[in-house]
Amino acid sequence: MPFNRKPQKFNASIREVEIGVGEKAIKIGGENVFPFYTFDGDLGNTPKVGVEISDLGLDNPVPGIAAYYEGCTTAAQMAKKAAEMEGADFLALSLEGGDPNGANKSVDELVAVVKEVAEAVDLPLVVEGSKNVEKDSELLPKVAEVLQGKNVLILSAKEENYKAIGAAAGLAYNQKVGAESAVDINLAKQLNVVTTQLGVKPESIVMNVGTATAGYGYEYVVSTMDRIKAAALAQSDATLQMPIITPVSSETWGVKESVSEEADAPEWGSREERAIAMEIETAAADLVAGSNAVILRHPQSVATIAKMIKELA
Amino acid sequence: MALNGIQIFKLTPKKNCKECGCPTCMAFSMKVAQGALELSKCPYMSQEALDSLSEATAPPMKTIKVGAGDNEYTLGGETVLYRHEKTFVSKTRYAVSVCTDMADDVAEAKLAEVSKVDYERIGEQMKVEMVYVNCGSDAPADKYVELVKKAAATGRTLVLGVKDVETAKAALEVCKDGKPVLNGADASNYAEMSKVATDAGVVLGVSGASLDELYDTVAALEKSGNKNLVIDTTGATIKETFANTVEVRRAALKNEDRTFGYPSIVNVSKLTKDDKHMAQALASVFTMKYGSIVVVPGMDYADALPLYGLRQNLFTDPQKPMKVAPGVYPLNGADENSIIVTTVDFALTYFVVSGELERSGVPINLVINDAGGLSVLTSWAAGKFSSGSIAKYFQEEIEGKLKCRKMIIPGKVAVLKGDLESKLPGWEIIVAPREAVELVKFFKDMQANGEL
Repeated sequence: MPFNRKPQKFNASIREVEIGVGEKAIKIGGENVFPFYTFDGDLGNTPKVGVEISDLGLDNPVPGIAAYYEGCTTAAQMAKKAAEMEGADFLALSLEGGDPNGANKSVDELVAVVKEVAEAVDLPLVVEGSKNVEKDSELLPKVAEVLQGKNVLILSAKEENYKAIGAAAGLAYNQKVGAESAVDINLAKQLNVVTTQLGVKPESIVMNVGTATAGYGYEYVVSTMDRIKAAALAQSDATLQMPIITPVSSETWGVKESVSEEADAPEWGSREERAIAMEIETAAADLVAGSNAVILRHPQSVATIAKMIKELA
Repeated sequence: MALNGIQIFKLTPKKNCKECGCPTCMAFSMKVAQGALELSKCPYMSQEALDSLSEATAPPMKTIKVGAGDNEYTLGGETVLYRHEKTFVSKTRYAVSVCTDMADDVAEAKLAEVSKVDYERIGEQMKVEMVYVNCGSDAPADKYVELVKKAAATGRTLVLGVKDVETAKAALEVCKDGKPVLNGADASNYAEMSKVATDAGVVLGVSGASLDELYDTVAALEKSGNKNLVIDTTGATIKETFANTVEVRRAALKNEDRTFGYPSIVNVSKLTKDDKHMAQALASVFTMKYGSIVVVPGMDYADALPLYGLRQNLFTDPQKPMKVAPGVYPLNGADENSIIVTTVDFALTYFVVSGELERSGVPINLVINDAGGLSVLTSWAAGKFSSGSIAKYFQEEIEGKLKCRKMIIPGKVAVLKGDLESKLPGWEIIVAPREAVELVKFFKDMQANGEL
């Protein structure tokens, strides 16, 4: 008696969202099966991998990253180099220098960096804000304005500032809006609902449902993504059918395992190998949990995860 | 198919004798249906009824024990596909792979490295639990037995990857007391292999060229009476392996096909060859998706730190938050005079806060209170993190240990400041920002103002 296969077929599917323009534009989402369940049906678009660079350049980089970007002095040069990385589908520019508690760069200064980077590369662009709610509501609408016609994804609009960012990016300048919530299916749903009520089309929204590094409360990430995909597909919940993007590197590069130098933790071995492993293993888990795109930093992580997606899809 | 109370009731003697401890047979049946009572509690069930019921009420996935003594591990026994539905019960175990095809010194170096990773993380000891000893296709029995002996010396539970019946027999002679897994049965040899495994009293691993072949082999083994099995779901490619592993688990738990209701072995090492980073990615994938034993090419701290963290998170009980032990955690070389930061014992809070405090570079004593493993606001609302509980803990445990009398409390419970000052005379209470990410700046400002 052969094994009786029972594929999980859904009538609903994840929305397809396009980012970027021209030949290099990417599409994410579109699947009507669980992550990588190719044996059940069509995956739609395979998950995509982004390379993250920062307006602050390199901060205490590991040797592999320092070597990769050697000789780059401007954000545009770094962006060009990042775009050539093996496995890179898109570029993620973090404007962390805008954080009032950090470098506190002005909006004009940051917008200039954004323009410079956008002109240097033809890969689809994702712009990450300063993580400060007030600063982002001023900064990100300007970013959306100067990048008109480039069809970029703006990360992120949160509960506190979705009106300013959603209206500018999604309505006025026709970009894609990243809706960021904090690892909770209800918060994610709520933000999608209010953002669409603002007039932003559902097919212009990508969710960042929040993330963590493996080992750091990661069970919440798994369960949030599991439940969102189940609601979107099995229950046809249209307010949760947006694809998910997960900024992995900004989390994994900040934990002790990736930060401690070998001198501080000799038994742990090379800091670079630890940081790569934290990034790879967290990203792999994010992808099987339901992320349609991940953002990474190290060339090794980008190559490995891109290869893994190819093998699984 | 799980039975409901009425279906079970029909098979009871219906005499309400109360000998099972329930007032009526109906009440007993309802409890059995919920899984609260064993059917055998009723002394009057006919054997026929017992047989038909035990088959129907058996768990969808068998619980299999491997290893002996301190190295005994429970595999399988899962009831759900997603952790939010209930709880994952048996965590993934990792096996480092060695093979007769490796040069002796390479294999020995690998075995020596098995014990390198050994550390504690939130009350759990993290180490490589198993060694996978693979027999190359042409390896003579004595060569394999030698390698098995060396692997057994590591004290880890062994998984024997060997297809030849005589070689398997010889290998089990030297290691069967450790209750290894004999991963050697397939469509061609299952009857003989099953006998070898049963005679030695060990679990048998089954593999197949396709899911259909695997299914038939498991069914044949069950028919012959051997239900002490694990299923090797490793396929020819990464994609096929992922499909097999998910299909087997889903068949058992969602579609109630008990033939596939066994734990799995996923051999990542075989799929990735020398690509260390791909092995990391796949170890993570198969920890998430249904590997009971995941075989990896090696395990150093870089591999282990994210992997064991992931496993610890994934296999927590969603109804029970992870807790860290209450006490003093000195950071950045703090001594008894360093400033004190206090918060709750919820593991996530601890990790986020201690991470930020470490980034600040300031020597700090982080004092963790017993708040029932809840977050700051939740425990405060539940009365488990109050001025009373903090004051009591500091007077009884902390004042004798630390000399500094400056305490920083979470911004979300700023309201406790006044109460704490009156309950803890001589202490200065400082309110931290509401979010952990603001702590680094908070301490920078304190330093700039000469408050540290």
